[in-house]
Parts: sequence; structure tokens; C-alpha cells
Amino acid sequence: MFELIKARLGHGYQAIPDPLKAKINEAFPGLPRILSPDREIFSNAAEICPCKAIEGLSIDLGKCNFCGECQRLYPDTFRFDPDFRMASQTREGLIVRWQEDKLSSSVPVVKPDPALAKLFGRSLALRNVSAGGCNACELELGACSNVNFDMGRYGVDVVASPRHSDALIITGPITENMAIALKETWEAIPEPKLLILCGACAISGGVFAESSALDRSFLVDHPVSLYIPGCPAHPLSIIHAICSLLGRVK
Amino acid sequence: MEDNHNPLICNIIDFQSYTEFQGSIFSLWSRGYYPLFLFSSDAQNLYCGMAKDGEKPNVLYTRVPESRAYPSLSADIPAFHILERELWEETGIIPLGHPWLKPLRYPKTSGNKMAAHPFLASDSPSLHEVGVGPVHAGVIEPGHFRFICRGETIEHLEIQLGYQHRGVAKLLEQGDLRRKISLAESIAGDTAIGNGLAYCLAVEALCDVRVPAAIAAIRNIALELERIAMHLADLSALSGDVAYLSGLNFFAALRTTIINSSLAICGSRFGKRWLAPGGVNYGISKEQNKTLRRTLSEARLQIDKAAKALFSSAGVQNRFDSTGSITMQNAIDLNLSGVTAKAAGLVRDARSGFPLPAQADYEVLICETGDVHARAWLRYQETMQSLTMIEELLTRLPDLSNPDREQLPLPVPDRLAISIVEGWRGRIVHVVKTDSQANTEFYRVYDPSVHNWFALALAVRGESISDFPLCNKSFDLSYCGNDL
Repeated sequence: MFELIKARLGHGYQAIPDPLKAKINEAFPGLPRILSPDREIFSNAAEICPCKAIEGLSIDLGKCNFCGECQRLYPDTFRFDPDFRMASQTREGLIVRWQEDKLSSSVPVVKPDPALAKLFGRSLALRNVSAGGCNACELELGACSNVNFDMGRYGVDVVASPRHSDALIITGPITENMAIALKETWEAIPEPKLLILCGACAISGGVFAESSALDRSFLVDHPVSLYIPGCPAHPLSIIHAICSLLGRVK
Repeated sequence: MEDNHNPLICNIIDFQSYTEFQGSIFSLWSRGYYPLFLFSSDAQNLYCGMAKDGEKPNVLYTRVPESRAYPSLSADIPAFHILERELWEETGIIPLGHPWLKPLRYPKTSGNKMAAHPFLASDSPSLHEVGVGPVHAGVIEPGHFRFICRGETIEHLEIQLGYQHRGVAKLLEQGDLRRKISLAESIAGDTAIGNGLAYCLAVEALCDVRVPAAIAAIRNIALELERIAMHLADLSALSGDVAYLSGLNFFAALRTTIINSSLAICGSRFGKRWLAPGGVNYGISKEQNKTLRRTLSEARLQIDKAAKALFSSAGVQNRFDSTGSITMQNAIDLNLSGVTAKAAGLVRDARSGFPLPAQADYEVLICETGDVHARAWLRYQETMQSLTMIEELLTRLPDLSNPDREQLPLPVPDRLAISIVEGWRGRIVHVVKTDSQANTEFYRVYDPSVHNWFALALAVRGESISDFPLCNKSFDLSYCGNDL
């Protein structure tokens, strides 16, 4: 008993006061900014990018694994800011482009969806399917519910059964051997329901995009409500994205 | 450099007739060597690696017999059972008399379908089957568990994996070997450092590059940080599985502290992007060194308190003690490694068997009971030990904020490199060979889970099915590391 009290006192108060407004360590490579539209540097960077995320004068956050190699080699062109707000409701929105008229790069946004906010704004139950995920996104999604991030404070929880859930959140590049289980899990979720893709692998195949062992056909006829980039997606990115969609970010 | 130190290079491998090859395997096994790998990348040349802690590993090499079949090694040496299943799945070479020849990963190219390979079944009216997965209740990776039960008691468990198969090894073999760090880190994202380091060591051995001692020390720090973080994650999850919610939260918060320390150095909570072939991307400055030491010494006090609370709780003891036991003989027979093997008394650890460059002082810790308690206790003990190792490394680490990365030349042709790294789950083995044109001939990856999964199947026999989640978590094996 005394051991427990000692441990509890040492544990203190661990919850992040407001995950939606939290400051993340400066070392975190989040939202990239294009500092100068140098086509030659972009084409050199595209050569070394392990995920083929760089094309023209743009960086695709749906492909980027945030390895940082482009910034290390070309710091005057690429800068990854410690900003975890990178999600988008559209695939196109994840592409950070140089905007000549604004002399800066575009920023992905998640607009509150009034219809979804009405349905799920106060309670959203998530069901995860890991389909070839390397367990990094899975651990980060799990961490969203831990004592630090405590996503439950916004009414968002991960539940054990698809029957109890409102949304499917996919991690991993979707392997062929998980294609059927993924489809069956989706079908087991009652309407109305959402589909969320978490991490570069789920969004684009990530570092596995060129593998012949994937079957991403599920995504062809299932519309996605939310794309959350990262390798893995940081818990703050996940929580911010979901809360933004549900109109919980003031 | 001593013979058994990482990484290991073989320039010439002696060809043996198949009979000699088999004889060598039996002879090495009888002298305490265990298999590292058995494969054929082209369905013609057959390679087998046998190792013993503290000795230089043996690489055996032969031709596949004309008949495309050979007498199974598993009948005499169970440690080969999973490697022979893999060999058969990849090449069609048949190990005659294999006790349970089923595919391991079901890749599309093999043409094998899960439905065509049923589970062991029983028609006894007093037995029933329970199927779990591939989608599980928690936020975890997929796998299928098929139990044969008598009432609440598990008589038999068959584990079917392969759902996570992404063709990692094939992707590692394609293109420039020196640009595969991101892929290596995603073999198992919870072991990004373990696999990343094994990759770096193997590639550097092929390119004849050695990194300076300070860089090697930083790699060791990263490896031990990963071990601490994942051992704490397991202690948290084990607490949760026995409804000890204080422990669930204490250890989860402590893990956050540790992984946030990784983030402060390299930007990733999992140590992704920290390592690079030819060096590291992020050094540790004097200031970071000081901060890290302070954080870790505070964490040490708190881990100790949380562990004392956990292990003194009667409710926890009641669930942990004597649950899910395996024996040391199981560990030897099945070629187990990591906490799985050490908790059953087997003194085997790559950090003592195949030391890394610039490694801290290390002595293998073991427990003897081989149950959930032993695996949990050993995780706690290893966490404290890793903290000491990091402290030692940080004390002598020079101020190094922006380290240079060695530029890697093209790999040397016709060279085989093996790296053996003790990740937090156990022995990670990467085997890479270049052909005469210096292209990658094969890249093989062996996660400790490949062998260790069978330990879980043994551990739950005779246990209540309600204890399965606890047993499973006490091993915490990798699905994607197994499925590749």
C-alpha cells in the first residue's frame, strides 16, 4: 500500500493541459514550408526522397515519412516546422505547394463539418484496423488514450468492436492478406460511419508503396473523411485532426 | 576486432556437399550452436548460419538436392521448424518428414491460400475451438489465434500470421542498398533502432566503412533507449491486462518521458531518422547530454517506485506468478531469444555474444521460472540496467551536436555480411550478400519473433483461456517483424 502511495505521489499530474494547443518540442519535424521555389533543388531532392513525396514544387504529406533528408541537404529550400497540424479532409489538401502569388507554401486544413459535428461532436468511437502497419502508428493511436494525451476528454475513444464504433481508422499500407478482414470490419460498423487514414502508409503506401504484396482496392470505393499524415502520426496530430473535423477546436 | 564482434563479414564461404552440410549442422548443434538462418534466395544455393554466443558464427553453404527435397532437420532439431516452413514457402523445397508443414506468410507469389491450409482440429465431443483475429480488440497488429479448449482450459494454440506481409525483404533487395534506412526502420516500427542499426552495420560492413567510436556510442544509447521505452510499454500493458490501473498509467507516463527524450534528439518518438548508414543524423550536444542524464536519473527513481508498487501488489502477483510458463529446455529447443529466453534461465544475449562497437559494460540478467512474472520482472531489471549503460555512455561521450556522416562507397562485390543486434525483443539478424557486380544478391531479415511465437503457443497450454491476453502481452512479439 505504501509503495503504491509513494509511486502515485511521484507520478504527479501527467495530463497535457490542452492537447489542441500544446507546444511540441522544436526537434519535431512537422508541417513543411517551402522556403524557395528552386526547381533544380526540388528535382535533386526528389531523387533522394525515399517516398517519392517531392514532385514539381510540392511536397506530398500523404507520402512523406518525415525522414528529413531533403532539409538536411537543402536547408534553404525545405524546413519542417514543429507544427503537428497537418491533416486534411481531401487527398489533394495534403500536397504542400509553392504559391507564387503568396510567396509561401500552402497549408493543409481541416474544416469543421457541421453534419458530423452534430452526429459525433460529443462522442466518437473509433475502431482501428492495422493492415500492414509497422506498429508505430498503432502505438501512437494507442497513446492518444493514455494518461498524457487523454483523447477521451473530447469524447473520442477507441473501442474493442466494430459494432460499437462510429469510425474506422486504418493504419498500415493495406496488405493483400488483410484486404478481406478490413472489408469485413468496415461492413460490421453500423451507419452512419467515417473512414480515417492514419499515417503515410495508410494514405499512400508510404515506404511500401512499390510493394506487390499490397491490395489497396478498398480505398477505391470507400470515401475517406480524414487523412492524418506522419510516420508515425503523432498523437497530437491525430487528436487535433479528429477534433477539428468535429468542430471541437475553438 | 575480435571474431565475434559486430558486424561479421564473410568473404569466402566453403562449399559443402549436402551430406557434409547436414553433418555440420548436427555437429554444431550438438556443440551448443543455434541456427541464425536457413534459406535459399534462388532455390539452388542453400545457406545456413549457426552461431554460439562469444564465437564467430559459421556460414554453411551447399546446393539444393536435385530431388528438391531433403530429410527435415526439424525432426531432430525443433529449432529449425519455422525456418524450414519459410524455406518451403519461398522455394518449394520440401523438408521431408516436417512435423507441421504450413506456409508462414502466404505471399501472393507462393500461390498458397490460408483457406487451403486448415488448422489442427479435433473431433472429440469434449473439445471446442475458439478463433480470435486477425482483427483484435485492442489497437494492435493482426494475427489469428486458434485455440482448442476443454472447457476454459487451453489444450492447444495454433498461431497463424502472414496478414502483415508487405514484402519488406524484396524491397530491401531492389535498388541502391545504401538508401534503405527508412525501410529498415519500418520492418518493425517499435524496433526502428534495432532494425535500423542492424541495417547500418550490415551495409557498412559491405562498404568497408567504420564509424567513429563516439558515433557508435550514440547508436548504443539509442538502442538502450528503445529497450527502456518498450519494456515500460510492456509493464504498462501487463498492468492493464490484470486491471492494475495504477501501473498502467505510471508506466505509460514513464514511457512518454523516455520517447519524448528520443524526440528531443532526433525528432521521432520511435528513433526513426536518428541513424543513418555511415553514422547518425543527430548527435548529442553537451546541453542535450546534461538534459538526458537528468531526465533519466529522475525516471529511474520513478520507475523503481512504480515497479515496487506493481510487484508488491497481491492481486498482480496472483495473476503473474506461475502463469504461462516455459522451460529453459523449451528455450534451447526452439531457439528462443530475448526476454522470452532469458526469463526461462537461458543465458543468451547478443550484447554479450556479439558485442557492438563502443558498447557499455553488460552482463546478461536472467530469471528462472519462465512465467509471466519472470518476463515482467526481467523487463524491470533490464530497464534499470539499460539506464546504467546509457549513463556510462553519456559520461564519456564528447560534445557532438552536428556529427559528420561517412559517405558510403559502393559495396564490395561478392561479400556476405551478418549483423546481430539484441533488440528489446531479442536477437535481430540481418544477412546481406552482394553479387559479383556489387548489386544486392539477397537481403534477409530475422526478427526474434519468428522463433519466439511458438513459445507463446507452449506457454498457454493448460492455462485458462482468460489468461491468454496476459500471456500474449508478456511476450509482446512482433507481427510485422515476423511477416516482413
